[in-house]
Amino acid sequence: MPSLIDFRRRIRSVKNTQQITKAMKMVAAARLRKAQERVVAARPYAKMLDNVLSNVAAAVSGSDAAAENPLLARRAEKRIHLILVTSDRGLAGAFNTNLIKAAAEFLRRKQGARLTIEAVGRKGRDFFRRNEGLVTGELVGVSEKPTVANAQAIAAKVIERYSSGEFDAVYLIYNEFKSVLQQRLSESQLLPVALPESRAVHDYIYEEPPASLLESLLPKYVETSIYRAMLESAASEFAARMTAMDAATSNATDVIERLTLHMNRVRQAAITKEIIEVVSGASALE
Amino acid sequence: MAAHFKLEIATPERELVHENVTAAQVPGEQGYMGILPGHAPLLSELGIGPLTYTLMNGNKHTVGVYGGFLEVYPGGARVLASEADHPNEIDAARAEAALKRANERLLNPRPGVDIARALNAARRAKARLKLSGYGGIAPPGE
Repeated sequence: MPSLIDFRRRIRSVKNTQQITKAMKMVAAARLRKAQERVVAARPYAKMLDNVLSNVAAAVSGSDAAAENPLLARRAEKRIHLILVTSDRGLAGAFNTNLIKAAAEFLRRKQGARLTIEAVGRKGRDFFRRNEGLVTGELVGVSEKPTVANAQAIAAKVIERYSSGEFDAVYLIYNEFKSVLQQRLSESQLLPVALPESRAVHDYIYEEPPASLLESLLPKYVETSIYRAMLESAASEFAARMTAMDAATSNATDVIERLTLHMNRVRQAAITKEIIEVVSGASALE
Repeated sequence: MAAHFKLEIATPERELVHENVTAAQVPGEQGYMGILPGHAPLLSELGIGPLTYTLMNGNKHTVGVYGGFLEVYPGGARVLASEADHPNEIDAARAEAALKRANERLLNPRPGVDIARALNAARRAKARLKLSGYGGIAPPGE
């Protein structure tokens, strides 16, 4: 049976852990707020871009120009590239586990094709690095505060390799930020670009031919999609970490309570034993 | 015809302007465009330079925009800038350093240097310097 001192030590150690998880929760909460603000701030641009793109798409639909654009070219999916957005740090509950599971499932589903991965975030890279030649690109160390420049770098690389025919399709897997308690796995096709429903309502004057406008719009669209995925993923990461650390903190409270109860019992047992000894010693003298 | 229209200016990172205005001068890829209420719907690429707009109360404001797209639709205009900033946000020293760097690349092009990119960087830096009201250094050939 553990002695009183053992219990005291255990309780102290759990308390220390609890202090750390509590601090991590607060930090995650503060960063979550900022990450959420960035997600919201990026929305107007994305919405406007969607709008413009669908208008231009309507203008060029059916024309040769649309068919010739390399980013719209549909090919048989023989080589597939996957952009996987994970976090750099752990301690965020099932955040990365779910992503990696989904990615592994994706790889199984597309088994027939030659697959490569662009790993954004350390966790995903570390997991898939074991497979020789699978991870062809990585971006590590920016998962918590992605910038437009980060997204542009990835987009430029992917677009170049797609245009040169190095792969036939590009997919994107990341955690979408639904709410603080809920992150949704999102899997979408990035390339070839699926043009939004054309719902042109206005007869636009085009300063440049619509086809050339489309040519500069599409890379921006890819960039924005990647940037959005990274922002959403960052917000999800903090939300997941906050939830996980909150659970850990309350679990520590439970553990401390249980240990205290045990400790009191042990102490009481020791006191009772001593009383019995004293009483029986006294009665033996009579 | 309405006497004003809605002007929205956004970059991938944030929305800079969301206001009712009476007029706007927008740097297009092929020169400046004046937009007044009732302008015909238009789609264009955006150039580099200051964008000026007049608020309903007559006050004029300027923001720097650096590439992107412009959409005019009945009732408003949307500016999708790749980069944009308010004049007071411009770091003149940084812009000057960027201009120097770009000029060096243009004057002594080494293999692997993206000329178009350096040229654009120089144009952006120049526009920023001008907008920040800073003299700056003269670019080559001008």
